[in-house]
Amino acid sequence: MGEEKFTAIVVGAGPAGSTAAMVLAKEGNDVLLIEKGASPGSKNMFGGRMYCHALNRILPNFWEEAPVERAVARETVTFLHGGKAVSLTCRNSDWTKPPYHSVTLLRAEFDSWLASKAEEAGAELACNIRVDDLLTEDGRVVGIRAGEDEILADAVIAADGVNSLLAQKAGLAKMFSPGQVSTGMKQVIELPEETIRDRFGLEGNAGAVQLFVGECTGGMPGGGFLYTNKSSVSLGLVVSASALQRSSVRAPDLMEDFKNNPEILPLIEGGKVAEYSAHLIPEAGLGMMPRIYGDGILVAGDAAGFVLNLGYVIRGMDFAIASGEAAARAVICAKERGDFSGNSLSGYQELLKKSFVLQDLEAYRKVPEFMENERLYAEYPGLLTSIFTNVFSVDGSQPIRLHSKILNRVKESGLSLAQLAVDGWKGATRL
Amino acid sequence: MKRLSTEQLLGLDKFVVDDEEAHIEVDRQLCRDCSEKPCCVACPAGLYTVKDAEISFDYAGCLECGTCRVVCPQSGSAIRWRYPRGGFGVQYRYG
Repeated sequence: MGEEKFTAIVVGAGPAGSTAAMVLAKEGNDVLLIEKGASPGSKNMFGGRMYCHALNRILPNFWEEAPVERAVARETVTFLHGGKAVSLTCRNSDWTKPPYHSVTLLRAEFDSWLASKAEEAGAELACNIRVDDLLTEDGRVVGIRAGEDEILADAVIAADGVNSLLAQKAGLAKMFSPGQVSTGMKQVIELPEETIRDRFGLEGNAGAVQLFVGECTGGMPGGGFLYTNKSSVSLGLVVSASALQRSSVRAPDLMEDFKNNPEILPLIEGGKVAEYSAHLIPEAGLGMMPRIYGDGILVAGDAAGFVLNLGYVIRGMDFAIASGEAAARAVICAKERGDFSGNSLSGYQELLKKSFVLQDLEAYRKVPEFMENERLYAEYPGLLTSIFTNVFSVDGSQPIRLHSKILNRVKESGLSLAQLAVDGWKGATRL
Repeated sequence: MKRLSTEQLLGLDKFVVDDEEAHIEVDRQLCRDCSEKPCCVACPAGLYTVKDAEISFDYAGCLECGTCRVVCPQSGSAIRWRYPRGGFGVQYRYG
């Protein structure tokens, strides 16, 4: 490499980085895509589902060749408390027809495929390389250093994930606080395809997604997830890092407890755990967004904190892909101007403001704060499950009408009606 | 379902351990004075344990999530956190 100078060096061959490299290379730019893992995706994990819209705009009908698992047809949210459970399920058969709404996938395979699309477009992919530092000249980023190697570029795109050391080194990001991130843990559990179809009531390549709130995290902010793949399920927990600091149960034990929850056990019984993984999730939205552009550098994907968790919808990959694309477009415009200063690259932020990335994060700006409310994870799952188990119970005692049953359970819960009204209003207006 | 120990779970993963460079280094002196030691409960790989009032930590088996770095009350000083050198560390086959 040595003497060559690239138009862009993209650090991190995840969805943001590979998309950026692909878009740049398609326009004939010299791009180096650097990945610290032995292959793209080998360091990456997520819950299990990508909403398709962003990638479909860049690679139409990508599912025809991409290694995706199942098209999600069924969404379930379950509240768990004291051996009781209340679920809401939504099924839409349209979601199983192209253009698919969302697909489950496994990152090792998928990220390798997406990086191969960047290579096909002409990007140079270099794996097994950890970028140690940025090269700067008069305060401008002019390249990267990896071990002894120094590589120059007009622009560096930091798509190096949630722990983005590069954005921090560039002075664009501060270290985040425990309240701004969650820890995700996942086990991939292998089950025969037929068993998955039977247990989740699925046909063909249709998939199911289940989210769990309540005792699975011991009442800590966060929740459980289950995504059906072709012949495995991705089962995991997400717990706020600030709550984990004070947890009385070790994180890996929470995960094992979750597997034996009566709502989970029948779904995974007989399965064989194939892999255990963990990752941080940026949860604070705009509250933790770094400066996303500087002289010679842009920040994309998780590194920029582009994740949106509404509790019932959790998005990261579509934001990563769209931000990678926008970063590439901004570099292309900067090249036309022959100016890679922060001012010139600020077009990136303008592009994101015109796209769903910053529009959605702006619209849901107050959600992260709402999601910190611990009542959502302890008291409310308790209240909901007690109301519904009471509604469905028959024991020959005096008749009580529905509204009284509900009010009685609220009284028992110790929650005030005022508190319920405030939380309900906040939820209804912010989510 | 049979509970798996953290060691059993990590045994399912593929690791290429870098014997020459520890990507996480812990300042045992600072950790001794830390009353909370949240790393011991929060690490998904259970790599932080207390033995004879001292923090015991092994970087082999690290899932590279960064949880220890963020939960550490003396973030940045007690735990020096980097990714492993290129090609080393955990290698997810599913992810």
